[in-house]
Amino acid sequence: MVVVAGVGAVWSLVKNPNVEWGIVRHYFVDGLVTNGVLVTLYLTFIAMAIGIVGGTAMAVMRLSENPVVSAFARFYIWFFRGTPILIQIIFWGYAGAIYPKVMIGIPFTHVTWFTAESSSLITPMLAAILSLGLNEIAYFAEIVRGGISGVSKGQTEAAYSLGLTPGATTRRIVLPQAMRIIVPPTGNEVLTMLKETSLVSVIAGRDLMTAVQQIYSQNYQVIPLLVVGGLWYLILTSVLSVPQRALERRFGRSTVSAGTSGVRRMLFGTRQRARP
Amino acid sequence: MVLQRGEPLVVAHNVHKRFGSNEVLKGISLSVSVGEVVCLLGPSGSGKSTFLRCINHLEKVDAGSIEVGGRFVGYERRSNELIELPRRKIAQQRANIGMVFQQFNLFPHLTALENVTLAPTRVKGLSRVAAEAAGRELLQRMGLVDKADAYPAQLSGGQQQRVAIARALAMSPELMLFDEPTSALDPELVGEVLAAMRQLAREGMTMVVVTHEMQFAREVADVVIFMDGGVIVEMGTPAEVLDAAKEDRTRAFLSRVRRGPSDQTVETGGDA
Ligand SMILES: Nc1ncnc2c1ncn2[C@@H]1O[C@H](COP(=O)(O)OP(=O)(O)OP(=O)(O)O)[C@@H](O)[C@H]1O
Ligand SMILES: [Mg+2]
Repeated sequence: MVVVAGVGAVWSLVKNPNVEWGIVRHYFVDGLVTNGVLVTLYLTFIAMAIGIVGGTAMAVMRLSENPVVSAFARFYIWFFRGTPILIQIIFWGYAGAIYPKVMIGIPFTHVTWFTAESSSLITPMLAAILSLGLNEIAYFAEIVRGGISGVSKGQTEAAYSLGLTPGATTRRIVLPQAMRIIVPPTGNEVLTMLKETSLVSVIAGRDLMTAVQQIYSQNYQVIPLLVVGGLWYLILTSVLSVPQRALERRFGRSTVSAGTSGVRRMLFGTRQRARP
Repeated sequence: MVLQRGEPLVVAHNVHKRFGSNEVLKGISLSVSVGEVVCLLGPSGSGKSTFLRCINHLEKVDAGSIEVGGRFVGYERRSNELIELPRRKIAQQRANIGMVFQQFNLFPHLTALENVTLAPTRVKGLSRVAAEAAGRELLQRMGLVDKADAYPAQLSGGQQQRVAIARALAMSPELMLFDEPTSALDPELVGEVLAAMRQLAREGMTMVVVTHEMQFAREVADVVIFMDGGVIVEMGTPAEVLDAAKEDRTRAFLSRVRRGPSDQTVETGGDA
């Protein structure tokens, strides 16, 4: 039923004279659009990198025994997960309006070493990176926290009993095992992020969606250009879902030895030893 | 400081520990000399594991003190008060105290040999080559020379526990703590682990062992301690405690243990 309806909908679109496929074909490879595709990929990559590094640190902070550190992390996660990403994007886009000037100097004196217009510092691109990256930190922290909590307490205690410090225990014992739980949803995060980057079009982030909007606001070919954008996003998500599914297969295995040595092979490939 | 055989290595003084309103240790005092093997017996919930974990500061004590090799574990005395040490210092102290757990707690993402070499390279700063040579020798002593490259999931319970013993020994500890090391094992695998522990005792290792293996306690222990309700009820040689217990509570516990079809069922009864 659903399939039939779906095919029907696609067919009506394909045959629809209002969707001008010549225009679609033309803009599909338009310079502005292909450049937007690159920006979209770039934003996805950078935001995920910030999210993975920052989110891991945030998760470790969230689980810290220090109540101040853990409270800060809890607040951060609560705040960024509790507000719409769209608001965060627009906020960073207009951050320059709140603090028009950025100064580095000694507060409450006339000593300043550096002054700049924030609008020149926080470019739309930087605002896009900041908003997506800071937001992803909060979501990724929760994924990492789930992974860390999935490692039994006995592992930490065994490491402590050998004289490992808490830091070494986290790095050498807990995180490598948490990877088995963390990696599969990470692939999913990447796909979500890829689509989420389209929201930065509201601050003219120069991504694929910005390019599409910019073109159709001039030639009013809204539907063909949305088709162009949609097709590109479909291609990108399809391509990225290939390694995503491979990762899921690798890490979804049930036995500890296969799963963990799989982690080892992927993450620490060179250290993998031949097994009997 | 190198202590001579017979000098006190572990000195616990009036140790108290509570979890919330539940007072688990109500003043434990005991002394373990270098080279001595002490077996701790007692019913489930009597505080045996908690006391063992206080010795290497996996649990903080609420009152009283524990010294190992003349130093407070996890604390230092400052003007008549015990202040908790920074975590790095605590880690250094723990490196001197080996621990073997009921559930083995091997690192599943590392091979047997890597389990054994991790702490020597990370904590003692041994070179990889030196650590691996020493590690292989330890595995050989545990009868596991051909299992060096196996992952824990590929080993039987008895083999895993022997790797865990080798892992603890790799730090050349002056004291070994065992918390029911054979309780999670199938009955036919208990013997190989106990044999390794016997060997260790013969070599003069100081050991505190929580166990319900009466035969092992009888043969290997210098001192047997019976704990119940967070206190030491009775303490003495194996013959004194196991065959001629003075306290009713001890006798009742021992007869309950003996009545079971084997020592094994009693040990695993707790987590079954
Ligand atoms: N982390 C903890 N938090 C709260 N209560 C705890 C904790 N650890 C132990 N306890 C409680 O302390 C008491 C003593 O536990 P402990 O594990 O020391 O007993 P045990 O003598 O080792 O028993 P078993 O033979 O079952 O291992 C129990 O009542 C237990 O519920
Ligand atoms: Mg116990």
